[in-house]
Amino acid sequence: MTTPPSTPVLEARGLSVGYDRHPVLTDLDLRVERGTVTTFLGANGCGKSTLLKAFGRVLKPQSGEVLLDGAPIRKEPNRQVARKLAILPQSPVAPAGTSVLDLVMRGRNPHQSWAKPWTADDADVAEQAIAATGLTDVAHRDVASLSGGQRQRAWIALVVAQQADTLLLDEPTTYLDLAHQLEVLRLVRRLNREQGSTVVMVLHDLSLAARFSDRLVVLHDGGVAADGAPHEVLTPALLERAFGLHARVFPDPVTGAPMIVPEADEHDASLHRERETVLASAADLG
Amino acid sequence: MTGAAVRAPGRAGVRIGPIGLAWRPRVFWYTVASLGAVLVLVVLGVAIGSTWIAPGIVVRSLVGLETGPDAFIITTLRLPRVLTGALVGLTLGIAGALTQTFTRNPLGTPDIIGVTSGASVGAVAAIVLGGGTYSVSSLVLSGGIPVAATIGALIAAAVVYGLGWRGGVQSYRLILVGIGVSATLDAVTSYLLVRAKITLATAASQWLVGSLSSTSWSSVWPLLIVAAVAVPIALATSAALGIGQLGDEVATGVGLAVQRHRLLVIALAVVLTAAAVAAAGPVGFVAFVVPQVGLRLAGTNRPPLLLAGLLGAALVLAADLLSRAAFPWQVPVGIITTVIGAPYLIWLLIRHRKEMSR
Repeated sequence: MTTPPSTPVLEARGLSVGYDRHPVLTDLDLRVERGTVTTFLGANGCGKSTLLKAFGRVLKPQSGEVLLDGAPIRKEPNRQVARKLAILPQSPVAPAGTSVLDLVMRGRNPHQSWAKPWTADDADVAEQAIAATGLTDVAHRDVASLSGGQRQRAWIALVVAQQADTLLLDEPTTYLDLAHQLEVLRLVRRLNREQGSTVVMVLHDLSLAARFSDRLVVLHDGGVAADGAPHEVLTPALLERAFGLHARVFPDPVTGAPMIVPEADEHDASLHRERETVLASAADLG
Repeated sequence: MTGAAVRAPGRAGVRIGPIGLAWRPRVFWYTVASLGAVLVLVVLGVAIGSTWIAPGIVVRSLVGLETGPDAFIITTLRLPRVLTGALVGLTLGIAGALTQTFTRNPLGTPDIIGVTSGASVGAVAAIVLGGGTYSVSSLVLSGGIPVAATIGALIAAAVVYGLGWRGGVQSYRLILVGIGVSATLDAVTSYLLVRAKITLATAASQWLVGSLSSTSWSSVWPLLIVAAVAVPIALATSAALGIGQLGDEVATGVGLAVQRHRLLVIALAVVLTAAAVAAAGPVGFVAFVVPQVGLRLAGTNRPPLLLAGLLGAALVLAADLLSRAAFPWQVPVGIITTVIGAPYLIWLLIRHRKEMSR
């Protein structure tokens, strides 16, 4: 990844955010470069979703500011921001009776006004977003009737239809089984590679984050604990510090991305010994 | 990508306004049908009375071709009542559709979240306290009730919204607070009635049932003006309503100014409800039932506003016809709509529980 000298897509300057006067993050500086996939990681309550919400102008900073393309995001008209920045909150809910098409069409909202109402172009974009997320066959189905993976893809299709260069995704893989998690993250990476979208997301799974991100930002104790390429960031020392996790890190045999294996506690170790004894006696008998 | 490509609407049909008005044949035809029903009920409502006037004459005099004794009965006596009924139904139906969409809950109606009770307190106070002073002309009263009802509704809405707000509106919280505020306001209404002179208390309690029997052109005009202003604005918020119901974060994400939208929707619902309540009293359950019927007819994810309004007009007109034609004495229209609406509420609550416990 070459760092261009241009202004970052998103920048936090001296950002403090939190709820009810309790700052979760204090005086944080962070820049997100164009065309990259950045993932925020951290233990529960570390403020990774909070940071994403501040970047997405959903949460008002207590102090400091967020810049989008170098301009304060909260001073720009909301609709104008929405043409450049799309956000997908954690586990959104569509009202009963909302079809995939209904949902995806909403993504065209920032491009419309009374002067420029719904046009054939908007219809084209909505159809393409549905096709790109592989939902063409279920486009007229109720979102509530879809499988978890399909439902999440429908929400991503809404964000795709918005045609914003930057996507903020808050735990897009929550409640999905591993196959569906992969499906969603592959789609996200394709958007990044093929359309040059800048992606900033929050994930829980460290190994998946390492596999699908250019850059990891680990948050801990109100600030940034580590920031960089996955193999630089995910070290046993960092895992210990930010997650309180004793673990070893190996290159994953498929992609070479760092893979985390937690160390055994006493109970795990005794189980392991039992298994070895059983295997050994089985070998003796054989 | 397998199968035939999906076709998004937008290439044919209505292209006025943003997404919300994208072409939906089912909504369109039900809206046309309910408009037809309203027109038929208006003609019937004028035709039926102590003397039957043939619908042909009714239509002729409505368009100004007929002059004579029948025309006098029609335009001076019967038409105001029928128009008030239609407008009350229209405004309550749209107000209910607005609040049900906004709270994402069929229970989130002006009746339940306190707006109607607030309007009732205002109106009863205007009748009882205003009428108590001497030489209050009926002109002042007819102007006073709408204003007092609107103020009462606004205050109730502000209190419910203020108490229900916790960094965002949760519909259950809003509804529970609304029920509490409604109960408090109803107690205030009862107090006013108990303290009032018997004649005024009787007038106020008749009004509280929801009745069209004492309407005149002076009750039509304020309602017509409010409807003429607020209904087009409400229809223009349709697209924003559809986005707002996806939740605050998604709505912000696609460019909706959520706070401004929320205030506008509440203000519209309050003004529409207050105008209806001022004209005919709190006609029960219209705002609650009609949007849900519209939703089920249209098969959409929220009640279509215009359809809800027209169905509301049809319901109130039909209930008024029934009250005049089917009973030996005049039953107030609010009692009939309540008799229809209350079982529906019970059914909806039972079904809601089942859905939640599944």
